[in-house]
Amino acid sequence: MSKNIWVSLSVIVLGVLAIYLISGVRPDIIFKSIIVSAFGSIYGITETLTKSIPLMLCGIGLSAAFKSSIWNIGAEGQLLMGAVGATWIALYVMPNAPRLILLTVMFLAGAIFGALWAFVPAILKIKFNLNEIIISLMMNYIAIEIVNYLVYGPWRSPFEWGFPYSTKFPSNAQIPRFLDTRIHYPTLLLALFLAVFVHILLKRSKLGYEIKVIGENMEAAKYAGLNISRIIVVILLLSGGLAGLAGVGEVAGIHHRLRVASGISPGYGYTAIIVAWLGKLNPLLIIPVSLLFGGLLVGGDSIQVSLGLPGATINFINGLVLIFVMAQGFSNNRIFVKKGRNRV
Amino acid sequence: MEKLIQMKGIVKSFGNIVANNRVDFDLREGEIHGLLGENGAGKTTLMNILYGLYSPDAGEIYIDGNRVDIKSPSDAINFGISMVHQNFKLIQSHTVVENVALGLKGTGFFFPARTVERMIREFSQKYGFKIDPHTPVWQLSAGEKQRVEIVKAFCRNAKVFILDEPTSMLTPAETRELFKLLRLLRDEGKSIVLITHKLDEVLEVCDRITVLRGGKKIKTVDIDEVNKKDLASMMFDQEISFLGRENRMRKVDKDVILEIKNISVLNDKNFLAVKDVSFDIHRGEIFGIAGVAGNGQKELVEAITGLRKVVNGNIYILGKDVTNVGPREILDKGVAHVPEERIRMGVVPSMSLEENFILRSYDKEPFSNGLFLRYDVISDYAKELISRYKISALDEKSPAITLSGGNIQKLILARELAISPVLIVASHPTQGLDIKSIQQIHELLLKQKGEGCAVLLISEDIQELLSLSDRIAVMFDGRISGIRNTDETTIEEIGMLMVGGGDRI
Repeated sequence: MSKNIWVSLSVIVLGVLAIYLISGVRPDIIFKSIIVSAFGSIYGITETLTKSIPLMLCGIGLSAAFKSSIWNIGAEGQLLMGAVGATWIALYVMPNAPRLILLTVMFLAGAIFGALWAFVPAILKIKFNLNEIIISLMMNYIAIEIVNYLVYGPWRSPFEWGFPYSTKFPSNAQIPRFLDTRIHYPTLLLALFLAVFVHILLKRSKLGYEIKVIGENMEAAKYAGLNISRIIVVILLLSGGLAGLAGVGEVAGIHHRLRVASGISPGYGYTAIIVAWLGKLNPLLIIPVSLLFGGLLVGGDSIQVSLGLPGATINFINGLVLIFVMAQGFSNNRIFVKKGRNRV
Repeated sequence: MEKLIQMKGIVKSFGNIVANNRVDFDLREGEIHGLLGENGAGKTTLMNILYGLYSPDAGEIYIDGNRVDIKSPSDAINFGISMVHQNFKLIQSHTVVENVALGLKGTGFFFPARTVERMIREFSQKYGFKIDPHTPVWQLSAGEKQRVEIVKAFCRNAKVFILDEPTSMLTPAETRELFKLLRLLRDEGKSIVLITHKLDEVLEVCDRITVLRGGKKIKTVDIDEVNKKDLASMMFDQEISFLGRENRMRKVDKDVILEIKNISVLNDKNFLAVKDVSFDIHRGEIFGIAGVAGNGQKELVEAITGLRKVVNGNIYILGKDVTNVGPREILDKGVAHVPEERIRMGVVPSMSLEENFILRSYDKEPFSNGLFLRYDVISDYAKELISRYKISALDEKSPAITLSGGNIQKLILARELAISPVLIVASHPTQGLDIKSIQQIHELLLKQKGEGCAVLLISEDIQELLSLSDRIAVMFDGRISGIRNTDETTIEEIGMLMVGGGDRI
């Protein structure tokens, strides 16, 4: 497997050691708690799988964007808008439709909402040359507030004792789960299918070639006469659409309603950035990396409950992993350039 | 004379390639030492080792008789060694002052720019280099960037100056100025290493010459002991014939392929870089454009190839108006483009050779079936081009950056000629290449001409223009200061036109 995975595993070890120094909780206990809760029981494994689904979908979309050096930081917002789209269909457009049709339309709507959310930074980038990092990041906050507005305002259910919830989805709008776990397997299968699909798209398709050229050498892309604006739009639509699907999975597969933004996603869209990089922007590699990070999220919840460590502990470890992986990536790059230059 | 630097038995290899094979080199105080050899002979590697960029696999370095270990460029700078690289190592978005100030010591903590600006101005006045300290580097032409590099190295008060192909981007006049400066520095007791593959240059300016071939040192000689022919035979395995005017074919057709009518083009600073330029090129004609870097050639080329908008005037290809239509449409009209910055623009360095071969045709049959690329077809196509154009490469899957400059240029030409062009726009196609590659590229251009292709050749090498072109236009200050039939002109006349002493048309 990728060298990155080993780097990140050893960084996780270092992170836990640091937590030990600060909190005094023995590292072996922290490790045991994380591993046992995430992978040590059937329940843990199913929860890990469940949490890996949105990471996978967002990570796959981000890998396509990052490959073309388009820095979509907005998967979180795109995921939330996907959730809004699905909720709108399920509650207000066609709540009485048969299950297959209703779920299909919900997934489509989620993808379209996510894609449209990513279209904003795309169009601002190509029309006004605005930085997509800033715009896509800011769009996250707008999406968070839209979701919160909807659940506190117009979409607030009268039947939920005043909680900021939308009305519960009709049963036809709920994605079936595997036995009595929370694994909404149709979304998982969709994610696996899309991982293969996007992998082939990147490796073999015309668009994949264009993505590589744009990502590796923009000057050459202009010289070759690529339609750069069109490609940027397509990539961001693809990236946002995949994140939107993840949002559909969360509301229709887990919560069965729209909730406040922090209840739908504990930052899947951000964690997916790490997942995409760790997966070397390779959709197939993103599958195991999503499982690893799904496990970390489950373990993070567990050490919070059982060991009384702060909830941010796992974010701390995630952050460390990202920094180390990025640093390694950059140094690899530099060595490559140096070697290349030297062909006297 | 004192031996300032001694390198003994230097060995350095990269993978299977031995770049330096037990090379000895010594540098005396107060001399200009030419390091001569073909591209790939190991000259730059040897000097990169002295400059601390690479550590040698074996061998020793002595400075003033003391064994030293140069681990990094900052060590080298502390030892008084400065290097001006062939590929500029400047920060594009910073200004000239900021680039010179970077890593410079003794400028004071506050307002270092003021000190540096004064240094640059003094230097400019002393040596007659015109440079605005507050221009961002990305706006400078290749020649101007090089001047900044030289100023930067000189501001560091070095004892040893290593210059890697310093004249490859300079005009004859600038080269003369540079050489004047080098002699001045030598007379002040500095030592200079001049890495080059140009025989005339070493004979003109050097005191001693070390010749490398295939990573090995052939010989170190005093300038009085050798002539051009000796040096050429040391550099190359066999004696080579220099391309001359006799290679030129003179039959020119009447059909106009490219017609430029009163075009004006803006540069990145939004100033007029091309001012009301008109000319036409006929079938089977090589039309040369001479000029000092930064006189509008770059913008002219970009306008013709669709990369830059024309603010005034028209461009016609085979009678069709193609003004401001974009690079893809220009390509479809049969215009091949060999860009000036071959690595930055001409290839995607990290992508494989085969992927680079289809850069301009990836979306066309038979490489694409609309949605997917057919890598089997592409691979066969790449193999065929590699063998037809004798590109030395490991295989078609290796990244383009692993090729030498000459082979990258052959890759670009192979790709561009595959469209069966009616016009080739070749911008500095042989700049920085070794003689063998230059010859191959000249032959390719002449062959295309023979088949009726028109060629627009932009070059700063007057010899190259004189030996290939049918007509030569000279650009100065955005205008064409004269167009001459090659047979009826001289180097002196072209040189005069390049510095503005011409008839405005």
